[in-house]
Amino acid sequence: MSELPKARIATASLAGCFGCHMAILDIDERLIELMKLVDVDRSPLTDKKRFTERCDIGIIEGGCCNEENVHVLQDFRRNCDVLIALGQCAIMGGLPAMRNAIMHSDAPLRECLDEAYITGRYIRNTTHNVPNDPALPLLLDEVYPCSQVVEIDYQIPGCAPSGDIIFDTLTKLLTGKFRGFEPEMIKFD
Amino acid sequence: MDNGQNGSNGVASPVCNVAPIPEAEIAAICAAHGNDQHRMLDILREVQDRYRCIAPSTMDMIAAETGLTRIEVEGVASFYSFLSLTPKGRITIRFCDDIVDRYCGLKDVVEAFEDVLGIKTGETSPDGEFSLEYTPCIGMCDQAPAVMINDVIVTGLTVETAQSTAEALKQGTSPEQLVSDRFKDLTPHERALRMVENNIRHAGEVLLGPVPEDAGLNKAAAMTPTQIITAVEESGLRGCGGAGFTTGRKWRFAASERAEKHYVICNADEGEPGTFKDRVLLTERPHLLIEGMTIAARAVGARHGILYLRGEYVYLRELLEQVLEERRRRNLLGKAILGIKNFDFDIRLQLGAGAYICGEEGALISSCEGLPGEPKTRPPFPVNRGYLGYPTVVNNVETFCHAARILDKGAKWFHDMGTEGSHGTKLFSVCGDCLNPGIYELPYGHSVWELLEMVGGGDAAAVQVGGPSGTMIARDSFHRKLTFDDLATGGAIIVFNGERNILEIVEYYMSFFVHESCGYCTPCRVGNVFLQKAIHKFRKGLANPEDVDYLKDLSATIIETSRCGLGMTSPNPILTTLQNFPLVYSVVTKPNKDRIRDTFDIQSAIDGARKIAKRRSYIFDKDFTQ
Repeated sequence: MSELPKARIATASLAGCFGCHMAILDIDERLIELMKLVDVDRSPLTDKKRFTERCDIGIIEGGCCNEENVHVLQDFRRNCDVLIALGQCAIMGGLPAMRNAIMHSDAPLRECLDEAYITGRYIRNTTHNVPNDPALPLLLDEVYPCSQVVEIDYQIPGCAPSGDIIFDTLTKLLTGKFRGFEPEMIKFD
Repeated sequence: MDNGQNGSNGVASPVCNVAPIPEAEIAAICAAHGNDQHRMLDILREVQDRYRCIAPSTMDMIAAETGLTRIEVEGVASFYSFLSLTPKGRITIRFCDDIVDRYCGLKDVVEAFEDVLGIKTGETSPDGEFSLEYTPCIGMCDQAPAVMINDVIVTGLTVETAQSTAEALKQGTSPEQLVSDRFKDLTPHERALRMVENNIRHAGEVLLGPVPEDAGLNKAAAMTPTQIITAVEESGLRGCGGAGFTTGRKWRFAASERAEKHYVICNADEGEPGTFKDRVLLTERPHLLIEGMTIAARAVGARHGILYLRGEYVYLRELLEQVLEERRRRNLLGKAILGIKNFDFDIRLQLGAGAYICGEEGALISSCEGLPGEPKTRPPFPVNRGYLGYPTVVNNVETFCHAARILDKGAKWFHDMGTEGSHGTKLFSVCGDCLNPGIYELPYGHSVWELLEMVGGGDAAAVQVGGPSGTMIARDSFHRKLTFDDLATGGAIIVFNGERNILEIVEYYMSFFVHESCGYCTPCRVGNVFLQKAIHKFRKGLANPEDVDYLKDLSATIIETSRCGLGMTSPNPILTTLQNFPLVYSVVTKPNKDRIRDTFDIQSAIDGARKIAKRRSYIFDKDFTQ
């Protein structure tokens, strides 16, 4: 093992809850084993905001709900050889994609923002405005799964995926032994 | 019946803005059909015809009369495209939106109607006089573009005739008067011919040549049921609707099933775009068809028959009713047919209401039972448990006609025609880019080239054999033979010349299947939408090589997991063109260099937010500072 050159990995959390990143920590003490195989480049875990060099694996949590998500995701695609969508939001849009269900409306985004900031029953917003700071990224018309924005190589399902499936998949990918998931690992009931 | 009461107080329902409908009238319509829930389609058709919509209050009334729940009635009413929950115009004009019609100038015809009537397609005029809408193939591809104006068909339209037709309607001419000033004096057959040309280009020996009256039935009357079935079996006759099941075997299965009743159903729901052979048989050989059904009834011991006529062919209803009535009078239908004790058989005409899926055997039976036209789970097969649970023979119009001729001329006569495995003759309905579109009755075994020579389609670049669910072939396959074993077809042959865009045709056919999927099973309901979107991507030039694999994988899944024949054949336009026109796909496919999807358009995705926030994107708008 030690003879192998270390792989570089990067991670990002887009429109997710950061739960999948917490799940990465659920690898627990095996993190030490994993760190023998990889160096972590751009990632919230290292607090590096930019790629320092090209990475072997990029891990994406969350789908795309705003323009910055798209920008980051495209950046990851350009800088990573293999891109993994981690968790249900990255794969399918997940909970944020509930707003895609506002159909049959002439202005679904407007309706969504109004309900979230102005008209919703449990809202206390004394300004009665939708936040609009110039630094805020623009929202997309709907929430997109990662695979609709860039090509995705692997998807690890779960909400959040277990530490086991993350560890197992990563170590197998890094050693070229990945042949698909064990059925027990993707059984959720 | 509170809703009905409210209605009579003059509070019109918000959905159906017509005069309140008296409960007594609805009750009378239901009573005319014996308050029978299995005649729901007839009841709803009549309500639709009379009140131009099926209002929520009427659904409650119908439910009460027939002993169903409101939601069951609504399930049927909302399934069929000729039934409407919102009011339609007094005159509803339906444009046949087939690809052939599009290539024959449909767009200009539609615009002419829209201009004169002052409404867009999909709208109803404010005074409630006119509705314009599109409908898939109405079986007039040999005389496209065609429209249905209420129950009247107008074919071969040009911009000029479309304008004059619309003007006449606007000035109060009735649809019937468009056909003839003496419409009332014409016989049903004359009326049909005034509206629609037969276009019989080549009459063969079996169906369209001279046919002696009831010769087959007379011979069958002297035979035992087993002898009849044996004769049909020995002739090698196979179903002419497309699937090609051996007719004799089907009859034998049904006959051997012990049951209180047996049924014989004729499938005259030819909805496959480009197919119109049954239209011509129904117009020119209705007696032969009924004769064939009567023979089948004798063979399997059925006393009841149903002739399921597609809603688009409603203009043939009177003609067929007249034929049935005449045969009843001549003791060729009814009790003790031809004086033979216990040979009782009668037929009712069941009209469809614009659903392609009802051409599928199980869906057709569902429709006859007054249910939404959804396919049934197989097995049990209809021959074991079909209409209302009784053994049922369902055959195509052409199959019954052939059977009657076989009984007259003998199995050997029929067996000697055609090729091994495909015996007898077949009606081909040819349309598209050829000089002589129409009906050709030919023995099985001709090559596509030979047929194209006959129809004047020598410059064909592609031929769709068997309609969208069949096979699209290129010139290098024109030597292939029209038989069950090589190129099977229910009769549709659509010719396309080199100027036609194959991907446009494929996308049209996929949108047809999306529209006509009954929605019961997910692979077909959702999968076809995905296929259509994927083809759209190819047309936009945004496809990668991997999208070809996606098309193949998704198609395989849909074929494997769909519940009925619609989903099992709906990917065919894609699969057969991928196989026979690979260059068409590869020329619009380009590899993706940075693996970022071209199909995702950030500009359109942020456009809404840009307008709401009233600012530009600091990431994606280059002139952000302005």
